[in-house]
Amino acid sequence: MTSELQANQTEQESHEPAGAVSGPSESKRSPVLERACLEVRNLSLFYGHVQALNNIDLDIAEHRATAFIGPSGCGKSSLLRCFNRLNDLIDDAETKGHIRLAGVDIRDPALAVSDLRRRVGMVFQNPNPFPKSIAENVAYGLRLVGTLAKSELEDRIEAALRSAALWDEVKDRLEESALDLSGGQQQRLVIARAIAVEPEVLLLDEPASALDPISTLRIEELIHQLKSQYTVVIVTHNMQQAARVSDYTAFLYLGELIEYGVTEAVFTNPQEQRTEDYITGRYG
Amino acid sequence: MSRHISEQFDAELDRVRLLMLEMGGLVERQVRSAVTAFITHDGALSAQVMAREDEVNRLEVALDDQCVRTIALRQPAAGDLRFLVSIMKVGTDLERAGDEAERIAKMSDQVARFAPPADRYADLERMGQTVVEMLHSALDAFARLSVEVAYEVMARDAEVDSLFKHIQASLSETNYENSEQVKRAFCIAWVARSLERIGDHAKNVGEHLVYLIEGTDVRHVGLASPLASLAEG
Repeated sequence: MTSELQANQTEQESHEPAGAVSGPSESKRSPVLERACLEVRNLSLFYGHVQALNNIDLDIAEHRATAFIGPSGCGKSSLLRCFNRLNDLIDDAETKGHIRLAGVDIRDPALAVSDLRRRVGMVFQNPNPFPKSIAENVAYGLRLVGTLAKSELEDRIEAALRSAALWDEVKDRLEESALDLSGGQQQRLVIARAIAVEPEVLLLDEPASALDPISTLRIEELIHQLKSQYTVVIVTHNMQQAARVSDYTAFLYLGELIEYGVTEAVFTNPQEQRTEDYITGRYG
Repeated sequence: MSRHISEQFDAELDRVRLLMLEMGGLVERQVRSAVTAFITHDGALSAQVMAREDEVNRLEVALDDQCVRTIALRQPAAGDLRFLVSIMKVGTDLERAGDEAERIAKMSDQVARFAPPADRYADLERMGQTVVEMLHSALDAFARLSVEVAYEVMARDAEVDSLFKHIQASLSETNYENSEQVKRAFCIAWVARSLERIGDHAKNVGEHLVYLIEGTDVRHVGLASPLASLAEG
């Protein structure tokens, strides 16, 4: 999962802030990361003439949940979409700078976009199961990756549904249409579909904002469990949710990274006035 | 600090601030009156202090209630959260300081039965004045959000401790001529003990203010660190 080079680097720098050598600037108060899974360096993103991200530097900790918060239009979703090159689908989108996944630039020709997207899965705001059976939804990605024996396929489907905390609710109706599930169940099914192909990173773009409070709590609990196996990056408008589920929080404003730190510190004692103003509801 | 988007939220925080300052003002008066009642053997004044203790308790309950309601409804973060948490802690310290004032008032009724000592409780008066000043400064620091004054208050606790030791020493070194003098000495010792605790509560208020402003917990770290922090600016 992590390159040898990076593992060595991490070992040497384990007591240094993640960006002590070439990473995020000190003023952003970068947290000390145990091990970086994604490294973002000097990243800028343009949609035509509009600059959506300005020179972002940050590291995403492996097997931890990192939340991006900020007002609408601050660039948090755009940044998330950079991680699996989803912005490539937009005609006039242009990125500058680097993102490394386990030490390898995600634009390296040796890394096919389809491979990148398998390794960096994405879950969107609105549940988007395929109009197929529950089992087929989970099997879909697995079939694309390769041919599996039926029994192995069934095992992987069960494992993914268990990891997504959905198995007990659907084990007796795997052949029923996924569209018959509730919104909260559909979202967990989509997460199961994403983790079935065993990605390294799971990107969640407002994963609970279309769900009722109980389903939201289930998703939050799920995130807590998932991060032991996956690196989780979540974009959310709900600051309390960011505070609850994430280990690290990055606050973005007008395309800039304003503050990045350990979640508890960001929410109790932020170092930047703009962060304080945003999380305490003082932004107009 | 700029205002919240929600004016209601600002109004709630203002209410909390005013309640705390009202409670603080009352406790400061209680301590001052209790010490005066003791020193002057003024039974009417000590009765007033005991009667007003209920009001201190009522304000503590109201303060807690308002803080809990705001935390539940607003889910505050950062400075707002530190503000509410520190105010709740200040409320607890003020209530305990109020209890000590009541104890002093009770002692005042007992000591009034005896003749006052030759020094007219000079050391106790000085100690009382110091803790009242500390309380006053700590509340003033809270009203003006002055971390410098908070550190000054915390430093003055050593003054109170040293006065307390001095009173204890002189009480134990005195040759008592009769049981009346012994009983009076006990009253003085209990009042000194109460004043020493009020000094601790005033110091705690200073520490809560440091937490509110700097986000750091300076409790139980000794005075060297807070003073060093002040020197560093």
